[in-house]
Amino acid sequence: LCCVVDQESLLVSTMKVLVGVKRVVDYAVKIRIKGDKSAVETANVKMSMNPFCEIAVEEAIRLKEKKSAKEVIAVSIGPKQSVETIRTALAMGADRGIHVTTDMRTDQEVQPLAIAKVFAKLIEEEKPDLVILGKQSIDDDSNQTGQMLAGLMDWPQATFANELTFGDDGTISVKREIDGGLQTVSASLPAVVTADLRLNQPRYATLPNIMKAKKKKVDSKALADMGVDVEPRFTVTEVSDPPTRQAGSVV
Amino acid sequence: MAHQRLPVTIGHFRQYLALINNGSGCLHRTVSSYTQVHAKYCPIQYQSSRRFGLLSRSMQKEEPELTSVRYNVQRGNFARISSEDVAVFEKLLPGRVIADPEELVGYNTDWLRMCRGNSQLLLRPKTTEEISEIMKYCNAHNLAVMPQGGNTGLVGGSVPVFDEIIISTSLMNKIISVDEISGTLVCQAGCVLEALNTHLSDLGLMMPLDLGAKGSCQIGGNISTNAGGLRLMRYGSLHGSVLGLEVVQADGTVLDCLSTLRKDNTGYDLKQLFIGSEGTLGIVTSVSILCPRKPQSINLAILGVSNFENCLKALKEAKGMLGEILSAFEFMDSPCIDLVKANLQLTNPISDMPFYVLIETAGSNGTHDEEKLNLFLEKVLGEGIVEDGTVATDSTKIQSIWAIRERLAEALLHDGYVYKYDISLPLANFYDLVIDMRERVNDIATRTVAYGHLGDGNLHLNITSPTYDHELLEKIEPFIYEWTSRYNGSISAEHGLGFKKKDFIHFSK
Repeated sequence: LCCVVDQESLLVSTMKVLVGVKRVVDYAVKIRIKGDKSAVETANVKMSMNPFCEIAVEEAIRLKEKKSAKEVIAVSIGPKQSVETIRTALAMGADRGIHVTTDMRTDQEVQPLAIAKVFAKLIEEEKPDLVILGKQSIDDDSNQTGQMLAGLMDWPQATFANELTFGDDGTISVKREIDGGLQTVSASLPAVVTADLRLNQPRYATLPNIMKAKKKKVDSKALADMGVDVEPRFTVTEVSDPPTRQAGSVV
Repeated sequence: MAHQRLPVTIGHFRQYLALINNGSGCLHRTVSSYTQVHAKYCPIQYQSSRRFGLLSRSMQKEEPELTSVRYNVQRGNFARISSEDVAVFEKLLPGRVIADPEELVGYNTDWLRMCRGNSQLLLRPKTTEEISEIMKYCNAHNLAVMPQGGNTGLVGGSVPVFDEIIISTSLMNKIISVDEISGTLVCQAGCVLEALNTHLSDLGLMMPLDLGAKGSCQIGGNISTNAGGLRLMRYGSLHGSVLGLEVVQADGTVLDCLSTLRKDNTGYDLKQLFIGSEGTLGIVTSVSILCPRKPQSINLAILGVSNFENCLKALKEAKGMLGEILSAFEFMDSPCIDLVKANLQLTNPISDMPFYVLIETAGSNGTHDEEKLNLFLEKVLGEGIVEDGTVATDSTKIQSIWAIRERLAEALLHDGYVYKYDISLPLANFYDLVIDMRERVNDIATRTVAYGHLGDGNLHLNITSPTYDHELLEKIEPFIYEWTSRYNGSISAEHGLGFKKKDFIHFSK
């Protein structure tokens, strides 16, 4: 944003937040490998929203409640069932959704660089002031998308966010969880923030909101039509279980 | 006064006087009968002052009073354990005979800390043959026994009353076989319910019953008490799911009814007698049970309702619109939420309402189930039957919402002493009992909470006080049993009779 006229009030009244939500194998489900060891079994397995994405959505909704944000858009890249994940975000309070459809495997084939490029394309169209993503997804554990997106957009990034506060001067202050403890960084907007576990406790979507969510708008576009290079940069050759634990012995 | 004969220190004596002056007259009775008990029955010689210390400590929730002391019971004319007996058991079960009083405290005390027996010996067999040998010996030598599984029973039926020998099935935890196609599980009676579920879930199956005690309760005990639980409305009672049993009778005879056949109409179905007989007819040693398929899609809704009539309307709609995917329908009143907030620091996922219903659906097709659930929710919300609620689809949220209902029994214990009642009533009069009871005891009880399996017409009414209060007990019983009897209800819907309710069976039968 390079607007010079009353930047602060402009930000407060029109700030758009883009949140990424990924459909992954449910956190509590025991993972199974496919017979041919090519990937994790996802057929007939319970899927849910990635827990870190849920935290990201919660943070965005809280910004709306605090009047720091005006509109929250939930984005998901995945098969047709990903629209359910977007509906969950809408039930929590997001305003509308964007569903980028693809049948490629989102845990292996559509890789973080491709996702970052898709988000970059969406940013061109939607022009959000803040993008909040989960720090990583629990299926590929890459922890790369947020960082790559910031790199592509040449935006500041505040990853592993533990606390997010808005400054009066149109900047954000983020406490980050790092190995040594907590590090506070400040960044100007637009920026990318990735959510860590202790950022907040996601709310339960209330029944009236769940009903309202069905009427909220979700735009659908095919990944192939976006004109983005989503070619995988590496291939997964084998997925196998860790070796079974041997029984301990009494010394 | 009898207490002058107690060799206690001055400090204890003063404490004792203070208790007499404050509390119910019954305390005096229990102390004087306590000294008599001490003289006659206790083979292990405690110091009297230490015993008195035990009594005053029991008022501070450390150890409950001995059942034989608190309740007016007479020991039957059974033999006493001798060192020869112990030697025989040691030979039969090397290393698995426990006589250390410290270790025995846990086995002697029930989960609710209401009953405490005085057993001196614990046996831990591993096989049916060992149990048969134990029973043969005890039968021949007139020794009383107490079969014990997970010790999670709520009517004092899982702990000794006097010095019965405890036979624990905890080491009989082998899973013998699972047939994936028919869903038949054959296992020993000491398998923990949750462990069975974990094993079955790898094969796409699940146990046909579920209860809050699943982490500790054993299947033998579940069957002996005909446990109901949260999913009875979907999978039926154990009378239907148990295919076969192997039971050891009182004289050591092994009764092999361990069939795995779903249908077998050849003669009397003897296993039905053992299901729910609470160990009075035999010790269950092996079990064959029919397990349903594990559902692929589970949804849980917790809904806030403003009055009890609407709870019943919601039940009717749920049965009609959710039909075959409905797997649980529980209700709680608002004191239950206050209870878990105060004692377990759990949070209410929705706003505070007078009543809450928990509705679970389980099915094989997520899309189909969600559509049905959405239609149901739209209807009940639209018609004002339900005013608030939330739906959980991911496992973590489902578990945290279930925890509110499943941990109620645990939360009640934090209040001190729980007067626990498990009543079956016609739905029309269901909540009236709670209203009447609350009015009756509100001034002396800490709280009165009501929750239960509304789908089965089963009410769990619980009243708490900081310590055992005989005056409160007299206000509750027999009022609650008479009330229940008036409406032809059952004074023990699923908990059984055990020790605490065996004298009240006439109210329902």
